[in-house]
Amino acid sequence: MSEEKIIICRCEDITLEEVREAIKNGFTTIEEIKRILRTGMGPCQGKSCGLLIAREISQITGTPIEEIELQNIRPPYGGILFKEILNNVGDKIEK
Amino acid sequence: MKNKASVVVIGGGVVGCSIAYNLAKKGITDVVLIEKSFLSSGATGRCGAGVRQQWGTKQNCLLARESIRIFENFKDILEINRDIELKQKGYLLLAYSENELKQFKKNIEIQHSLSIPSRLVTPQEAKEIVPGLNIDKLVGGAFCSTDGHANPFQVNIGYAEAAERLGVEINKFTEVKGIRVKNNSIIGVETNKGFIETSKVVDAAGGWSQQIAKWVGVELPIYSERHEILVTEPVKPMLDPMLMSFSFNIYCQQTPEGSFIMGYGPENEPPSYNMNSSWRFLETMAQKATFLLPSLKDIRIIRQWAGLYNMSPDKQPIVSKLNEVEGFYVACGFSGHGFMLAPAIGILMADIITESQLTYDVVLDIERFKRGEVIAEPSVV
Repeated sequence: MSEEKIIICRCEDITLEEVREAIKNGFTTIEEIKRILRTGMGPCQGKSCGLLIAREISQITGTPIEEIELQNIRPPYGGILFKEILNNVGDKIEK
Repeated sequence: MKNKASVVVIGGGVVGCSIAYNLAKKGITDVVLIEKSFLSSGATGRCGAGVRQQWGTKQNCLLARESIRIFENFKDILEINRDIELKQKGYLLLAYSENELKQFKKNIEIQHSLSIPSRLVTPQEAKEIVPGLNIDKLVGGAFCSTDGHANPFQVNIGYAEAAERLGVEINKFTEVKGIRVKNNSIIGVETNKGFIETSKVVDAAGGWSQQIAKWVGVELPIYSERHEILVTEPVKPMLDPMLMSFSFNIYCQQTPEGSFIMGYGPENEPPSYNMNSSWRFLETMAQKATFLLPSLKDIRIIRQWAGLYNMSPDKQPIVSKLNEVEGFYVACGFSGHGFMLAPAIGILMADIITESQLTYDVVLDIERFKRGEVIAEPSVV
């Protein structure tokens, strides 16, 4: 299958071609590619695309894959509805 | 990496890159920019992505207006092919007391003197602009239709690309280890990749600006504090403008790709370099945001993070040379609105360094605090 048809980030519809292009343009860390392409910014938070992108960076730059830093894990761990938080703390605004 | 430069810029955020680009555009192409991590790794990449002209001091209004004009013509001015996702659907500022409304009226007078198209709105008109808005207890508001959103990463990278094209050398993942001074003049910058001989250094290190200045023995009157922010899953368009309330101390907008970004100014946050997220923020943010926009209740929060505001005494930037050390310049103290002012700040700093007539009639030098010419910006979250 051609690179432009392989989806690497399913949350944001980012293709293998776009990821390879970004790496070749000098965005050689997962954090940079996230900011420029939005990979890992969707609901899965990079849990599916992160390792795939790490492998691409490794192959193109020659950096061993174990030396490539994965993206920061940011809370909350999974998506959480606003109302689920309110169920816990109430909706009265504490200033 | 070059070992000699006319100017070394410290900081690869949007302010540093805008300064480097504008220096090169003015003919000083021999510029080296040093960034300890990646571009946008600090406050630029952590901000709320808003661009607004509705400020309470004339100079903030002027710099914001000029910056918006540059955002509007970004590709043509910088001659780059990069979409900065500019969305001009306005900023709606909410007033919950007569005093707040009075402040808005004052601000609008200043804004109108600069032809910024802001206006007062009634609660009913606010509801027409944002149909999902809860107008309970709302006294009125202010609206400016040409305010809005731009993508900070794309703007930052755009400035970097345009600067590189003009000859600027950008060194990512390079850390400044010291600044050499001789007879009160800059002679060079030490980095972990070698020494760069230079007579001019620009400190555009955002939340770390005060630490950089300590290397030349100067205590800047600024400090950094954590501000937290969150983003939701993308949903269909339902909020056109950025919503802001100074009494709730919050801002909230829906970006062009559909997710909501929101944050609030913390109370009693101590000066620090802390960029950790807190559960407390999620709770308070959820209460405030769902009061204003009840339909948010069924939307998922997917990520939260924090960044540093670099606070100055009057909540306006310091864009200045330093009298104590010949060749040391600072662009710091943006107090949470560096991104939206960066286009104009780059031009201003290039004027200062080249000793040209200032393009904008503003007083942002550091000596203003000693002279006591300080009018604080009243409209900051």
